[in-house]
Amino acid sequence: MTTNTALKVSSFTVFIMILPWVLNLSSATAYYVDVMIFVAIHSIIGCGLSLLLGYAGQISLGQAAFYGIGAYTSGILTVRMDVNPWFAMAAGIFVASAIATAIGIPTLRLRGHYLAMATLGFGMIVFIVFNEYIALTGGPSGFGNIPPLSLMGHPIESSFSFYYLSWLAAIIVLTASLNIVNSRPGRALRSIHDSDKASASLGINVAMAKVKIFVVSGAFGALAGSLYAHYLTFVNPPAFDVFFSLKVLMIVVIGGIGSVWGAVFGAALLNFLPEWLVFLHDFDVLAYGIILLLVVMFSPQGIYGLLAGAAGYFFKFIRKESDHD
Amino acid sequence: MFDTILSGQIIQYLFTGLTIGAIYALTALGFNIIHNVTGIINFAQGDFVVWGGLLMVMFARFFGFPLPVAFFSVVGVMVFIGAFIYYFNIRPIKKPSILTMIMVTIAVSIILQGVAMFIWGKEPYALPSFIEGPPVYVYGAYIMRQSFWVLGISVAMVLFLTFFFNRTLIGKAMRACADDPGAAGLVGISTPLMICAAFMLGSALGAVGGAVITPITLMEYDRGAMIAIKGFGSAILGGLGSFSGAVIAGFMLGILESFATGFVSSAYKDAISLVLILGVLFTKPEGLFGSGANKKA
Repeated sequence: MTTNTALKVSSFTVFIMILPWVLNLSSATAYYVDVMIFVAIHSIIGCGLSLLLGYAGQISLGQAAFYGIGAYTSGILTVRMDVNPWFAMAAGIFVASAIATAIGIPTLRLRGHYLAMATLGFGMIVFIVFNEYIALTGGPSGFGNIPPLSLMGHPIESSFSFYYLSWLAAIIVLTASLNIVNSRPGRALRSIHDSDKASASLGINVAMAKVKIFVVSGAFGALAGSLYAHYLTFVNPPAFDVFFSLKVLMIVVIGGIGSVWGAVFGAALLNFLPEWLVFLHDFDVLAYGIILLLVVMFSPQGIYGLLAGAAGYFFKFIRKESDHD
Repeated sequence: MFDTILSGQIIQYLFTGLTIGAIYALTALGFNIIHNVTGIINFAQGDFVVWGGLLMVMFARFFGFPLPVAFFSVVGVMVFIGAFIYYFNIRPIKKPSILTMIMVTIAVSIILQGVAMFIWGKEPYALPSFIEGPPVYVYGAYIMRQSFWVLGISVAMVLFLTFFFNRTLIGKAMRACADDPGAAGLVGISTPLMICAAFMLGSALGAVGGAVITPITLMEYDRGAMIAIKGFGSAILGGLGSFSGAVIAGFMLGILESFATGFVSSAYKDAISLVLILGVLFTKPEGLFGSGANKKA
């Protein structure tokens, strides 16, 4: 990690640590702590897709499947088999990684539209299983009473404590992702983004690299799903449908496809938008679609790209001004 | 005795399958038309079907238009929407990479879904059959009258498309653009106009499918993704780009699904279709009939 990135991550961490205290100053904003928990959870799954889509150039329309596998594994193991929640979370990540490997090997040989449709189909199949394998999943009504995660005997139940847990996980995932990006495998991924053939000729095992990053994205998805299950203590299928997969795609694309940070911006926007635009009710879907369309058409680098561009322009401007002095 | 019951059942499933398959075939044709001219897989194709069905309900049931008027109004509206999508969403893209086009058509799909929810809400809508009457009894099976409409109109659409692409100037020009846009431009064919025509035709085809199937299956705003993936699956099974392949594969998928519902499990019928589609994607992405029309993918 470069010093610049380390500086960004640590200042972001400080910001996240202070934020709930600021939000709690007013009863009007205290509720935002809950919203921020979902920003953290969505940032985690978004980071995974950002690595896959933004860096390796491979699309997935089935990320909700991994989110669901994480959530259901956590739920089923803790409720039906009385497993410790932390182990259940690890098991969820393991199961999702195993499935991602099995699905990823044939799927990532496909490209473009075929890959998009194959991952969409995978997500739909998993969603059908959540709905129909009633003995295990509770079917359309799902099941509840999932125990919270606990630390040294203290359950992490309140919004305040779960906020710190979820953001700890999110910052670890963000740091890991930034490290992957600036590592040898990360550079290999970027080269795959530009050309499969050129990368292969440089000695990169293209198929393997794609599957590996798909597994990473699946593991992040499962971690997010497991946090979701232990926070809400309840799971049912609608949270893991096709639309959630599309939402993860929107988080990454709207936030900014060129940087892992984009996933965090995207997650924040997609969670705060419905809070600010309450009059939209269910029609936030429409707003998301329009924003996605505008971003893809006019600002392919997303919000992060816009902000980075604006910041660059600002600093250039300041430098110019100071030159005059 | 047992044999008659079984054969009646088989005919029943066969007809149900053909009816559903007709919609997959029309959706697959829509995918192919747009893909052949532009290279784009239009993720909003399933939403065209949903819109066709919901508009038909609105015109026929709520505005009280006579059926033929309602039907052609639906087609007219969808042709307009197709052209609108091309001019305002597809054409302005400066660097049309595959990834960008996937995301644009996904955005269009989400917007169509959102607007449909805005206009019609979340509940499913029913539509009376085009001609009311009790089911027809055929060899131990009861066939809904609407099934004949679905099959008849689908066959008519296939015949129309065959005529259109082989005998009319616009159809031939569109095929020329599909083969080689550069050369087509040299002989004076406007590629953007042909792409626009492909979007108009594609959305109209989807809408026809939606309008004829709604009396059988009902229609609601969020059905698009499932229809799209099965239509796309049919297009792949039949060899992407091949019209006859798409029709045969659409019917095959419909029949398979219907028999899976009857003999295996109705809960997993969609999953069975999807597993089949994934299996073909993984093992034979050029399609079952090996037309190999698309090697670029």
